Amino acid sequence: MHLFIQAIILGVLTGGLYALMTSGLTLTFGTMRIINMAQGVFVVCGAYIGFTLFNYLHIDPFLSILVSTPLLFAIGFTLQTFLLKPLRHDAHRLSLLMTWAMAIGLEGILSFIFGTDFRGILTTYQNSSWTIAGYEIPVVRALAFLLSVAILVGMYLLLTRTKFGRSVRAVSQRESAAKLLGVNTDRTAALAFGLGAATAGAAGAMFGLVSSFDPASHYDLIGRLLAICVIGGLGSNAGAIAGAVILALSESLVQAELSPAWSSVPFYVLLIIVLIARPQGLFGVRARGAI
Amino acid sequence: MIAALALFPFSGAESWIVNIGIFTLMYAALGSAWNLIGGYTGYVSLGSVAFFGLGAYGLALTFQHIGIGNGFLPFALVPIIGIAVAIVSVPIGWIAFRTRGLPFIIVTISLVIILQYMALNLTDITGGAPGLQVPQAPFPPGAYEEYFYWAMLGVFAVTLLACAYVRRSRLGLMMFAVREDEDKARGLGVATSVPKYAAFAGCAAFSAMAGAVWAYYLSTVYPQFAFDGEFLAMGIILVAYLGGIGTLWGPFVGAAILTPAQQYFAYSLGGSQLYLIAYAAVFIVVMLFLPRGVVTTIADRALRRSRRRKQVVEELATAESEALRDAPAPAVAR
Repeated sequence: MHLFIQAIILGVLTGGLYALMTSGLTLTFGTMRIINMAQGVFVVCGAYIGFTLFNYLHIDPFLSILVSTPLLFAIGFTLQTFLLKPLRHDAHRLSLLMTWAMAIGLEGILSFIFGTDFRGILTTYQNSSWTIAGYEIPVVRALAFLLSVAILVGMYLLLTRTKFGRSVRAVSQRESAAKLLGVNTDRTAALAFGLGAATAGAAGAMFGLVSSFDPASHYDLIGRLLAICVIGGLGSNAGAIAGAVILALSESLVQAELSPAWSSVPFYVLLIIVLIARPQGLFGVRARGAI
Repeated sequence: MIAALALFPFSGAESWIVNIGIFTLMYAALGSAWNLIGGYTGYVSLGSVAFFGLGAYGLALTFQHIGIGNGFLPFALVPIIGIAVAIVSVPIGWIAFRTRGLPFIIVTISLVIILQYMALNLTDITGGAPGLQVPQAPFPPGAYEEYFYWAMLGVFAVTLLACAYVRRSRLGLMMFAVREDEDKARGLGVATSVPKYAAFAGCAAFSAMAGAVWAYYLSTVYPQFAFDGEFLAMGIILVAYLGGIGTLWGPFVGAAILTPAQQYFAYSLGGSQLYLIAYAAVFIVVMLFLPRGVVTTIADRALRRSRRRKQVVEELATAESEALRDAPAPAVAR
C-alpha cells in the first residue's frame, strides 16, 4: 500500500510536467488545426539549453527556464513564419510532414552540437527529497510540478483575459469569421505556435532534471504527448491535463508494481479502450468532420 | 514499364546499384500501398510501417518454428504473410476507424509505437532488442541482390496492379467518395466502411509483403528497424507526396527520386547528424516547392496545355463558322 501511494505521488508530480508539454500541442492544434510533431524536439531543445547553461555557466536549471522559454518562442515563431505559413495547398496534412521535418532537422542539429550520448542535468539537490508522513517527495519533481502548474495557470489567464487570448480563441472557433472581424490570423497563428514552443522550452529545462535525454528522445516524447492528446480529446485543455496525469500515473504504478520495461504499455491499452468506448476522447466534443 | 524494370539487373549493374534498386522498389511498393488508404480514401495513416514490421516478423517467426529451408520457398510464403497480416489488420482498423482526420493519424502512430514496444518486450517470441535471425539465402554472391530485386519488383507490381484495378472499379469510386466527403457519401447510400476497410487491409497486405522480402534480404529483424516510426513511416508518405498522392505512378516516381538521394546522403554523410539535417532539408524543399507532387504537377501542366490547344482550335472553328456565315452564299452551280 505504501508503495502504491508513493507511486501515485510520483505519477501526479510527473503528470504536471507532461501537462505543460501537452498544453503547447493543444494550443497549436486549436489555432492552426495542425499536429505539431516538433513539440517533442522543442522539449529536448529546452533540456539541452538547461544542460548547457548549468554545465558551462552554472546557472540553476530552474532559472534557465527564463532563457529557454523566450529562445524556444523565437525558434517556434521563426519556423512557423518561414516553413508553415507558406503552405497553402492541403496545409493541414502537409504541415504534419513539415513539423516532422523540423523535428528531424533539429534532432540532427542537436546531435551535431552535443553528440548522441545520453545527458542529464546533475544538480546538488538531484537526489534530495522531503519526507512527509513517510512518503518521499523528490525536491526536483515537486518543484517542476509547482512551476508547471504556475505556468499552466499563466497560460490560462493569457488565453482568457488578454486581447491576444481572445484572438486565439476566435481563430480556433472559426478562422474565416475571426479574419472578418479584424483578427490578424497569420500573426495569431505565428504567436500561438511560438507560445506552444515556449511551453516546451519551459518544460524541457525541467525535463532535463527529471530524466536523462539524447537528441532522439523526442521520438518517444512526441508519441506520449500525442497519445495524451487523443485520450483527453484533441484540442481540449482539461483533457490534456487529465491525459497527462493518467499517463504518468499508469507509468509510475506499473514501474513500481510490475517492471519498468512494461511501464508504457497500460497507457496504450487505455488509449485503445478510450478509442473504443469514447472515440472523441475523455473531454472531447464530437464535431462533424473533426473526429 | 515493369518489364523494363525487370530487365534492369541484366544491364550489368553492380550489386550496390541493384541494392539501391531494391530499396527504391520497396519504397515504391510501400508508397503505392499507402496510396490506397492515404491517397484514395484520404485517411492519412502512419500505420503501414506497423504492417511492414508485422510482415517482417511474420517471415522471421515462420523460419523459427517451421523449417522451410532458405531457398526460394520463402518467397512463396510472402503472399501468405500478406493475407495473414491483412486479416490481422481488420480488428486494428475497427479501432482506428473510430476516429478520422488528425486523431486517426495519431492513432496510427500509436499503433507503430505499441508494436515496437511489444517487439522489444515480448522477448520469448520476438527475441527482444537483438531481434530475430533469418537464415541467409544460398544465392551466389554475384547474383544475390538480383533475386531480391525481382522479388521486390514482384511485390511492387502486384501492388501497382491492385491500385490500377481499384482506380477503375466501383470500389475505387467509393474510396474517392469517402475522400471527398465521407458524411455526404454515406448520406447518398455509399457503404463507406467497405472502401475504408478494403483500403486499410490492402495497404496492410502489400506493406507486409514488402516487409517479408525485406526481412529475408537483410536476414535479420530488429524492433528498431522493423517498426521504424521515425524514418520509414514518414519516408513512405514523403515518397507519395513527392510523386503526387492519389496518382497511380506517383509513389514510384517519388521513390525513384528520393531513395537514391537518401542512400547517397547516408553513404556520403556517414554519421547520423548531417544525414538527418540533409534529410530534413529534402523534406522541406519538397513541401515548399512541390507540394502537389511531380506527377500531379506535370499532369496539370499537360492538361492546361491541351485545354489551351483546344481553346485555340475552338476559336479557329468559331472564326471559321462566322466567316462562313458572313460570306455571301455561294452561287449554286447548275
